[in-house]
Formats: sequence, structure tokens, C-alpha cells
Amino acid sequence: MEDVQMIHLKINNLPVSVPKGTKILQAAQSIGIDIPHLCFHPDQRAKARCRICSVEVVGNRRLLAACSTEVWEGMEVFTDSQIVRDTQVGILQLIMADHDKNCLTCARNHRCELQELCARFNIQIPNVPDVTKDRKAENTNPSIVRNPAKCIKCGRCVRVCKDTQGIEALTYASRSDDLIVTTPYNLSMEKTDCTLCGQCSLVCPTGAIVEKDDTQVVLNALQDPNTHVIVQVAPAVRVALGDAFGYESGAIVTGQMVTALKMLGFDRVFDTNFSADLTIMEEGSELLHRIQNGGVMPMLTSCSPGWINFIEKHYPQLLPHLSTAKSPMSMFGAISKTYYAKQAGVPVKNIFTVAIMPCTAKKFEAARPEMGRDGMRDVDAVLTTREFIKLIRYVGLSFKDLPESEFDSPLGTGSGAGAIFGATGGVMEAALRTVYEKVTGKEAQPLEFHDVRGFAGVKEATYDLGVRKVKVAVCHTLLNARKMMDRLEKGECDYDFIEIMACPGGCIGGGGQPYDTTNEVRKKRIEALYEIDKGLPYRKSHENPDIITLYKDFLGEPLSDTSHHLLHTDYHQVHKLYEFE
Amino acid sequence: MGNEATFITKNFGKYDPMSIDSYLSIGGYSALKRAISMDGEDIASKIAEAKVKGRGGAAYDMGRKWSQSRGIKAPHKVVICNADEGETCTFKDREIITHDPFNLIEAITICGYTVNAQDAYIYMREEYRHLRPRILNAIKQAEEKGFLGDRILGTDFSFRIHLYSGAGAYVCGEGTALIRSIEGKAGRPRMKPPFMKVSGLFALPTCVNNVESFAIVPHLLMDDKREYVSYGSGESLGTKLICLGGNVRRPGVYEIPFGTTVRDIIFDLGQGIPGGHSLRLIQFGGASGKVADSRILDTPYTYDDLKKAGVTVGSGSVLVIDDRTSVLDFLRMTQDFFSEESCGQCTPCREGNLHIKLILAKMARSEATQADIREMTKIAKIMSISSLCGLGESAQNALLSAMKVFPETFELGGEN
Ligand SMILES: Cc1cc2nc3c(=O)[nH]c(=O)nc-3n(C[C@H](O)[C@H](O)[C@H](O)COP(=O)(O)O)c2cc1C
Ligand code: SF4
Ligand code: SF4
Ligand code: SF4
Ligand code: SF4
Repeated sequence: MEDVQMIHLKINNLPVSVPKGTKILQAAQSIGIDIPHLCFHPDQRAKARCRICSVEVVGNRRLLAACSTEVWEGMEVFTDSQIVRDTQVGILQLIMADHDKNCLTCARNHRCELQELCARFNIQIPNVPDVTKDRKAENTNPSIVRNPAKCIKCGRCVRVCKDTQGIEALTYASRSDDLIVTTPYNLSMEKTDCTLCGQCSLVCPTGAIVEKDDTQVVLNALQDPNTHVIVQVAPAVRVALGDAFGYESGAIVTGQMVTALKMLGFDRVFDTNFSADLTIMEEGSELLHRIQNGGVMPMLTSCSPGWINFIEKHYPQLLPHLSTAKSPMSMFGAISKTYYAKQAGVPVKNIFTVAIMPCTAKKFEAARPEMGRDGMRDVDAVLTTREFIKLIRYVGLSFKDLPESEFDSPLGTGSGAGAIFGATGGVMEAALRTVYEKVTGKEAQPLEFHDVRGFAGVKEATYDLGVRKVKVAVCHTLLNARKMMDRLEKGECDYDFIEIMACPGGCIGGGGQPYDTTNEVRKKRIEALYEIDKGLPYRKSHENPDIITLYKDFLGEPLSDTSHHLLHTDYHQVHKLYEFE
Repeated sequence: MGNEATFITKNFGKYDPMSIDSYLSIGGYSALKRAISMDGEDIASKIAEAKVKGRGGAAYDMGRKWSQSRGIKAPHKVVICNADEGETCTFKDREIITHDPFNLIEAITICGYTVNAQDAYIYMREEYRHLRPRILNAIKQAEEKGFLGDRILGTDFSFRIHLYSGAGAYVCGEGTALIRSIEGKAGRPRMKPPFMKVSGLFALPTCVNNVESFAIVPHLLMDDKREYVSYGSGESLGTKLICLGGNVRRPGVYEIPFGTTVRDIIFDLGQGIPGGHSLRLIQFGGASGKVADSRILDTPYTYDDLKKAGVTVGSGSVLVIDDRTSVLDFLRMTQDFFSEESCGQCTPCREGNLHIKLILAKMARSEATQADIREMTKIAKIMSISSLCGLGESAQNALLSAMKVFPETFELGGEN
């Protein structure tokens, strides 16, 4: 630290010292000045294309972009001179003139960065005429809706898709005032390389890319007296939800969350952590089965639907590596429509299963024909964390004031292993805790597998199971997944088991999480999940009493026929449409 | 009197542009031979002493650029010759390539030697595709004679030149868009830093110059009689290729000594305006240039004098518009050009060009209000101070200068 060179400058005549390399935007932030910005995103390289962060730097005839200009010794910056104000407001008005301004009916109403700036600059009557063009929304897949008329061409989505996910399903087309951000050949998203991971919807500052809204479907089900509506909540939701209600990032709000769901009128509030444990039982057994019977190795995890979409489209030849285990969400769905229905004495057709997920791709997963039986879906509706927040606001709950309550039984108990599913490395650690004991017959020692924790893009570790060593790898983001698959193709992966999550940080960083989910926030959520794990009475999936009962009363053994029928699936190559054109 | 000079153009018509032997017979490649006996820094100084400014439009000190490029230590560096020549009324680079391709190849090689580059790319606009064989032939013959390739003239210096045809967008003449275009990406400018000299083509340190800028160098290195610096004065030494076009009797490319008056350029070299029409305006330096009226005629064509008169040299074009075209129609034409050519990635240029186009159309329909004019001025200023690249920065030069020179065009009836 002591070697960091400090740069001394003045911003609005106030002296500031920041480390060399700092940009004007962050230097101003350090003294409490928020320079307006739209294309800038803290996890992305600066693009300097919206130009709304233009500021005056003494000695320069032109304004400089605060997001991309490094400070220099003796620099004098003005962020609030007349020329800066005129330029920033002028640029905002130019953006507004070509923008579908129907805030009242917009998915981002009240949570929109463009709207916030218009409010901040008190824009009333725009000086420039409306030049909005007729741009049709794209609404053909179950996960994501694109509203090009609300796009401000900031390029954040293009960047996250290309740089973080390595996909390039979004791109710029045309030029001048016809420039749009769209898919290749303007195809609907599911027909392109897109994996529906939703990272684009997370970084978009406006309502131009949003999840498909299913809140009304759920509200309708809740109103129907003949429908028994049950809900499961993914591990990653409880450490993110608080962000929207004034908690510090990483706050654990499980108790309030359960209360909110009960107040919303769900008949039963269950926990996806429970079925995460179930996934470990099945997936862990599958791993052992493959090891013992010379199955296709390495085995790849299968719980991240963005990842599944990715491998089906991009590496279909590697599909045999995927575990056949369904995701925790879909396993829960299947159990809810069978075991639970019988237990609760509710006719299956009356059960409506809702899943609250940090993920947009889960909506697509739930709609897959494989995820159901007899024409019935296992999961009837998937809401993202963001939609859940909307529901809480809808019914007028003061979230922070809610008392805490507990999940219902019997699908409401999860182990610590299930809890950490939401973090990159969590599935691997959960599996190791169980597999270790199954193989060695000893208590997992150590219980915590720290080598697979942390935010590194790719992690590796080797563990000695006595009879055999297992070599594992963990990666998150689809860019890292692609690199891993390329290595696998070349035969350079001598691992036994690889965990892959589509989103940065794992599900806690999913495409359906609250806005302002940055990598810094992701790290705090990961810590929170390990915190939850530490405080739980059971920390291994196979010790979860509800799981033990489920196998005793219903499934028999992991990989049993019933298990196979309900909890496993297979995967198919998906052709991208333009391959045929 | 406007007398033409023949310094940059001294080889024009003197040899067969398809034959290196013909070029050698008039003393071709003596500059490269001299260069490789010199220290690169001395070559850069020689250019700096002659105060050569880049001829692509931005008028950056060329000796300084070469010296800075030289100062960047990297195992692999590149040189780019910008032959995109996209400015309106600009066609001097075409003349150089047509009449003196070997001099250009020689100049680029000298640059490579000076800045320690291994490769050069000539980025030529698609419209000049008929000149491709000429350049490719020059490269091939130079390779055959050992003026390009490995260990040039027995030295450790190895250098290759590649020809690349652009896809036709004006913005691709901008350095960062140009390199993206060569890299096979969409030709859109990117923010700076990183600067080209540090990270340009294929993320390698890159030295970019215009065709005319290069063309000066071999002649300058052989200029023992100090002819070049005998022309012009002050910051504007030497000669300049200008592209005279529009309503003149004899349009064309002329090499003038700096200091020739605008009147001599138009009325002597260009032989005046045909058909008894009078002068409306002159645009200097292409579509991105500023305009003047007849009050500029006695101004000497130098960087400083033009600047004082409110215009710049830019690409070197001098576009003459007579009284048959109104100022407004001229501005609309220029605006159409930029509304077409903006790459659209940054807000001020993408949206600003559209709104200004709309207000100019309103003016043409006599529907514009004072408020429209105020808004137009404001947008034009925002574009010029906050756009991402030089295109948006300069797109409203014509408008903003016309507002000063022709205020009556913007005086409307009522307030509002
Ligand atoms: C929009 C735009 C278009 C340009 N087009 C050209 C061009 O066609 N030819 C050219 O030499 N320079 C062009 N330039 C200038 C180049 O960016 C660059 O400054 C020049 O090639 C450097 O060479 P010089 O120093 O020899 O002038 C353009 C700049 C901008 C902003
Ligand atoms: S994107 Fe934002 S500004 Fe645009 S309509 Fe929606 S809420 Fe309003
Ligand atoms: S959903 Fe994911 S893959 Fe699809 S466009 Fe958005 S970021 Fe790219
Ligand atoms: S869709 Fe959203 S993120 Fe993408 S360019 Fe448009 S406004 Fe920006
Ligand atoms: S100024 Fe115009 S041409 Fe340049 S980057 Fe911006 S939109 Fe593109």
C-alpha cells in the first residue's frame, strides 16, 4: 500500500488526493460528488459513449469524460460550471427526445437510472421535439423482454454479454440516429447464441431489457380459493432481497422474507435449500456411480440453467458430461407435485408451485417440457428476486418492520450445504461434504473446503478420499465456462467433477437479482451465505432430517427408479436459428 | 500572383509509376539510403525543424509524432498510412498515389526505420480500388529490389507494407475507427486513452500519418538546398497540396507555397468563378471545416492567418460556393453528410445531428423560431465540446462559423 503514488488535484476548488490511475468520476465520488453517468458500470471497462459525465478540466477547450479520464497532478476539475450543466442537461434532453417516456407503465418505473437523472436535473418541458421511432418490443421467450424504444444505447448489455459471458448475443446495428442495440440479424433472443442468463437485464440502466413479468400470474393464483399455492425460495434470494429495502448489502433477511411470503397469501412457504440437499444426494451419488463404473468423466454440474442453455447451444458434443440431476428448483417442483401432494392431501391439479429465483433463465427452465409430467409443469411460475420485490411493494408491506418467521414443513428444512449453493464453489463444497463421507465412511475432515471458495474465475483443488483422490474445478461466468469447455474438448481437463455457474459469483450474482448488483455486492452476499451455513444445525445434505424422511418414505435410494423418473433429465443439442440461414 | 510550387509533386509525370527502375532513374530511394545511415531521432528532428504538420486534418506536429513513436519501446510496432481521404472536396492523396506511388512506399519505409516498426498498413478507401494494382506493384517491385522485406539494404532493419481497403465509411478515417476496421471489427471510434502511439492496431504501438504527410519526407531528407523551408514563414513553412473545388473554372489539386493568398488560389490558380456569378462562401478543409465569405480573400493561406480569419487548413480543401446556393442550402447539404456518417455510438453526435437537421429543415420551410435557433446553437456547441471523436466534434464547424459570418441567415421574424 505504501508504494501507491498519490495524485493531488482540485475538484470544484476542493483539494482531493487519490491514488494514481483513479478516474475523475471516482475522485469526485471520494469527496461526495456524484457526476451523472449512464454508460459507466463499476464492473465494466469505461466506454465513454453516453458523454453525460462530461466535465470541465482547466486547460482543455473540450470537456472530458469523467468516467475514462485519469486524474493528473495539479488537475483542476469543475463538475458544476454553467457549461458542464448545460452540456449534461442538454445530453439528457437529447436522450429523452428519442426515448419512450411511458414511465408510469414501465417495468423500471421508480428504479430507473434515466428517470433518476431526469428527476435530479428537474427536467420539465424538454427543449427538443420528440423523435421517438417505432421500435417493437421483443417478447417471445419465457425469460427476457427487450424494449428497444427504451434503449439509450449505453452499451452496458453489449459489454456484459461479450466481456463477462463471452456470448455476443447483443450487438450494435446501423448507424447515426438509426443505431440500435439488437441481436444478430434482429432474431428473437432464444434463436441466437443467447443463454437467457439475464446479466444484460441486470446491468441495463433503463427498461430496455427486463425479465418477463410473471407477477400477475402469481397474484391471480394467490387470489383463487381453489388453488393451493406453494412457494420455494432459492438460497441466493435471502441475502439479496434486503438491498431493496434499505439493508446493507449482504444482509440476511430470511425471517422477514418468509413472513412477507406468508402475508402475500402463499399457503406454504418452502425452501429451495431443501431440494438443494436433494440435488446433492442425487448428483453426489451419480458422481460416485460414474467413478466406480467408468462413466463419462469429468462430470459437470447441471443446476445453472443459463449454463445448461449455453452447453446445449455451444458445446452439444459435451452434453454426456452433464450430470443428469435436475436443478434444485425443478427437483422441488417434482416433489411438490408428488410426495407433497400426497402428504398434504391436496389434488395435484390444485397445486400451484411458485419459485422465487435470482435468475431469469429459471423461467425458461421451468417451461421446458422435460420439467413436468402428464402435461403438467413441475414449477408453475418463476419470479425473479426483482419481481418478488415488486410483489412486496404491491401489497404494501413495510419489509423492514416485519417480524421473522420460519419456513413450513416438510420441504422447508435445508442444511448448510444447501445454503451455500448460491455461491460459486458452493455446490462443489456441498457435494464434497457428502461424497467424502460416503466414500471414506468418516466425518468430512475438514468440513469446510476453502480451496473452492472465493471470487476467482476458475478454482481447482484435489482432495484425498483415501481410496482415491478427486480433482475438482469450479468456474463462474460463461466466458470462463467456454474456456473450460475448450480445455475439456482438447482433453486438458483431468478433473473428476467441475462446477459451473453462468453468472458472476454464482446465483447470488444472478440476472434476476436486485439492480445495483455489482461484484463488490456479490462478494458480500457470498460471505453472508457462508455465515448462514455456519449457524445451521445440519451442515451436510445427507444429515438433513427431511431428506432422510423423503428417501425413507418415498424415493428409496438416490438414483432409484423413482428418483430417476422425477429428479433426473436429459439434454439436447439446441440449434441456433441462424445456423440454418 | 499564385505560383505553383513543385516540391511534394516534383516527381509527378517524371517517371513511370509502374516501374521501379524508372523511379530509380530519377533518384528514387536515395532518401531511404540516406535515412538508414542516420539516427532515427535525427530524421524526426529534420521533420520537426521544417515544422511539417500532419496533412490529414488535425495538423499535429509530425516530427514530434515520429519522435514520440520512436520513444515507445516495444518489440513489435506498426505504421499506418491513412489513405481513407474521406473528407468532401479532398482528392490530393489520390493524386500522390496515382503519380508517385514509389515515393509513398519509400516514405513509409523511412517512417518504419525511424520509429522501429516492422509492419505498415496502407488503409485506402474503397473508391480508390483502381489504384490498388499500382500500390501492390510498387510494394512488390520494392521487395524485389530489397527496399522492403528482410534486412533492407543489408541492415538489421526488416519491414513489410500491407494494403487494406476500407469499407467506405467517412468515420473510418479517424485513427481508432481505422484500426478497428483493419482488425475486422465495426469501424467505430473508441475512447482515448489508450492513445494510438501506445496501443493502436492489434494493440501494438502505432504511428499514423496521412499520405501527403508521408510524401513530404523523402524530398525533405534530400533537400540539401533547403528549398522546402524557403517557402512560407513562421509556423507555416514549405508547401501544401490544396484541393480546389466547387464553383471555379479550373478545379484541381495545386501545390502552393504557404502564404499564397486565398484570392490567388481561387482567382488565379482556379481562374475564378464561372458564369459571372459572385462568391457566396468558401469552406476550408472539407465538410468538417469552417466557412468564410469574401472578406477572407486577401488572407494568406497559412495555419495562423487562416485561424485568425476563423477557419482552418483541415484536409486542405478549398470549396468555393457561388451565389446560386444559399447559405442555408449549403448547411443542409453538409448536415446531410454528417447525419449519414455519424457512427451513432455517442449521444451528442447521434442525437445532435438529427435535431440540427430537423431545425435546418424547419428553417428552410420558414417555420423555425428564435427558440429553435437557440436550441440549434446549444446542441451544436454541446456536440463540439463533448462528442467522443473528431467527427462529432467538428460536424458543426460549418454551422457555428456560418452563424458568425452570415448572421442574417439566422435572423428570423418574431421572438420565440
Ligand atoms: C472523422 C474523421 C475522419 C478522418 N478522416 C481522415 C482521412 O480520411 N484521412 C486522413 O489522413 N486523416 C483523417 N482523419 C485524421 C486522422 O484521425 C489522423 O489525425 C491523421 O490520419 C493523422 O495523420 P497526420 O498527422 O499525418 O495528419 C480523420 C479524422 C476524423 C476525426
Ligand atoms: S426506462 Fe426509465 S425513463 Fe424510460 S420509461 Fe422506463 S422508467 Fe421511464
Ligand atoms: S441473457 Fe445473457 S446471453 Fe442473453 S443477451 Fe443477455 S447477457 Fe447475453
Ligand atoms: S438495452 Fe439497456 S443496457 Fe443495452 S444499450 Fe440499451 S439501455 Fe443500454
Ligand atoms: S462523435 Fe459521432 S462518429 Fe464519433 S464516436 Fe460519437 S457518434 Fe461516432
